[in-house]
Amino acid sequence: MAAVTTAATRVRQKKRKGTRSREARAAYGFIGIWIVGFLVFTLGPMIASLVLSFTDYNAISSPHNVGWANYRQMFSDPKVGKALANTLVYAVIYVPAAMVVALALAMVLNRVGRASGFFRTVFYLPVMTPPVAAGALFLLLLNGNQGLLNRTLHLVGINGPNWTTDTAWVKPGLALTMLWGVGGMVVIYLAALRQVPKDLYEAASLDGAGAWMRFRKITLPMISGALFFTLIVQTISALQMFDQAYTMFFGGQQNSTYSNDAALFYVIYLFQQGFGFLHMGYASALAWLLFIVIMIITAIQVRVSRRFVYYEGERD
Amino acid sequence: MITRRGFLTGSAGALALGAVTSACGGVGGKSTSGGGGASKGDTGAISIQGMGKPDDVAQARIDAFKSAYPKVQVNINEGDFDPQQFLSAVASGNPPDIVYLDRDLVGTYAAKGAVQPLDDHLDKAGLKTSLYRPAAVREVTIDGKVYGVPEFYDTRNILMSGKALQSAGLTAADLATSDWDKLHTNTVKLYKANGGKISRIGFDPKLPEFLPLWAKANGAELINPDGSPKLDDPKIIEALTFALSLIDEQGGWSKFKAFRDTWDLFGAKNEFQKDQAGAFPWEGWYVNVLVQATPKLNLESIPFTDRQGKPISFSNGSAWCLPKGSKNPAAAVNWMKTMTATDTWIKAGAAREATVEKNKSIFTGLWTGNPTADAQIKAKYVKPGDTGFDKAIQNYYASTEYAFSIAPSKAGSEIKTAWTDAVNRALSGQQKPDAAMKQAQSEAAKAFSAVK
Repeated sequence: MAAVTTAATRVRQKKRKGTRSREARAAYGFIGIWIVGFLVFTLGPMIASLVLSFTDYNAISSPHNVGWANYRQMFSDPKVGKALANTLVYAVIYVPAAMVVALALAMVLNRVGRASGFFRTVFYLPVMTPPVAAGALFLLLLNGNQGLLNRTLHLVGINGPNWTTDTAWVKPGLALTMLWGVGGMVVIYLAALRQVPKDLYEAASLDGAGAWMRFRKITLPMISGALFFTLIVQTISALQMFDQAYTMFFGGQQNSTYSNDAALFYVIYLFQQGFGFLHMGYASALAWLLFIVIMIITAIQVRVSRRFVYYEGERD
Repeated sequence: MITRRGFLTGSAGALALGAVTSACGGVGGKSTSGGGGASKGDTGAISIQGMGKPDDVAQARIDAFKSAYPKVQVNINEGDFDPQQFLSAVASGNPPDIVYLDRDLVGTYAAKGAVQPLDDHLDKAGLKTSLYRPAAVREVTIDGKVYGVPEFYDTRNILMSGKALQSAGLTAADLATSDWDKLHTNTVKLYKANGGKISRIGFDPKLPEFLPLWAKANGAELINPDGSPKLDDPKIIEALTFALSLIDEQGGWSKFKAFRDTWDLFGAKNEFQKDQAGAFPWEGWYVNVLVQATPKLNLESIPFTDRQGKPISFSNGSAWCLPKGSKNPAAAVNWMKTMTATDTWIKAGAAREATVEKNKSIFTGLWTGNPTADAQIKAKYVKPGDTGFDKAIQNYYASTEYAFSIAPSKAGSEIKTAWTDAVNRALSGQQKPDAAMKQAQSEAAKAFSAVK
């Protein structure tokens, strides 16, 4: 009898092992394609760019080693500092603004009820608009003289600034432009808001908590995971700002010869060095500096988030 | 997720590798040597990058080539010149056979070896550079070697609104660039603003792009004959300071540019028609735009002059170049030769005349790197007259004879970026003109010494 039981156990174990093995194979099959893509299109080029960052390379001739010269050059190149500062200022303006606007829209949508699906689609549509088209469009909307934005502001007695030509307003103008694409964040926040248990609000109301208190003490903590995720992703995206700024100030629109220094973002400068001047080695070094800056900022955000982000099941 | 985004960030650094690996989906096309016929360049295929979508003038010349070389298959990538696409194609060993780009970029690409010297190929094809305007050939000649065949030839003159001049009690001569004090005074007279908002720009000096013209008017050039920059020349700084003062008198750069950006440059309600502009220097092609959009416009024009009153103009344009690794160079050079030959340009002139007749408009001229062709086209199709448009056309033809070009440089792109950025810094008030140009000189000199 014992022998029969042992045999049955072995069969079950074998079956389980076989199932696990099949599942593992299926899992590798699914992620394998991504891994190949990652190795070929991300990790491989990254390693190559790291190597190239120590070379003088113009994409035509063979690269030759220059040691740390490209990295040393960055520290004596005033445009690197300018571009980094522009990029950081823009990120500081845009990321909080985008999060606030997206959260406000999501909270409105959360109350709309059945029609929220329709509005969710409407809010997401701008994300699908090609950035170049959006950039060209916003040059018109933000025109200080006859742009729609300033004409609207004029209706309420505000004399709007020259968003695209006044250096002090170029970055706020661009940040405003980019709010056009917060639809993706709205969808994420809406999903997070829907996960907040309603009984928490009911309990808080019974305890006399007002709307602001419920928002601060329930909504924000409960969606802090989503807020943190979008904070990281949007910060990285803002630090890589390229498309709209290039279209509006460098890439053939009405401002193409007016390459405003205030809109010289880091990736635009990297692009200029790589493809305008064929300094591919230097451009690679610039890219690695940006990578390091992003990693540091992300690490700080992760560290700080431990105090503010609530993960259900991890904490009391 | 974070890690991957970080990796994606890092992969921006893979721009360089991307140039090597992407190959851009065969942007270079598939050209073949065409076997034994390749040495004559009358078989096989040629791929062309940077030409843009052909208009009537280009199509007539493409047809002329196809007629002359029926066995050569022509593959035109209809996008404008894209440095990323071009470099990717060259670096991946799949270059186009011909690339079409602005002449002021040729020095940079020649210095990096992305385009080949043409001298031997031109000799074999029996094509002499004396066929082309010297100023245009100068732009594509680096270290004594010719790297491009010039195509169009743009020059600058001053275009004016007769209506605006009359309303300010001025004549065209009052805006001559020979007397800067007078120009300053009359610019202010021509300028109009209502309640702090600009309603008409009096004189637009067209900065930053026309700095070379203002510098030349003051007796200076931005680049030395050896290709080195001299952007901090006091005469250049003086010219920039003057041109900036014109803008400062007209609301300042921020307002000035915001207003200028509202102009409907190509439409029937253009800046002259709507009385939004008094005068500005511009390339000759704009006359064709104006005559199509507003044929009854009261247009006036005068040559741009230096401070001694001598007419000057600066020229630039496009060129055909042979990329490194071009697989059918003989056919490519035949293309360059055919596209810029006198009889081909005459066919292009006929095509433009047909368009003009269809639109019941007037022939405003074709300005090319081939002076013989220009003279014949002018004689055949440009009708004499004394309207404002007729005088403008005559002025542009005249300026082709005396226009200068900026000296070529192996660091041409870097130098141009340096001075353009400097003017922009000065325009936006971030720097004074002298500080801006000195910084530009430092940047440009560094770039030049790196490629010398």
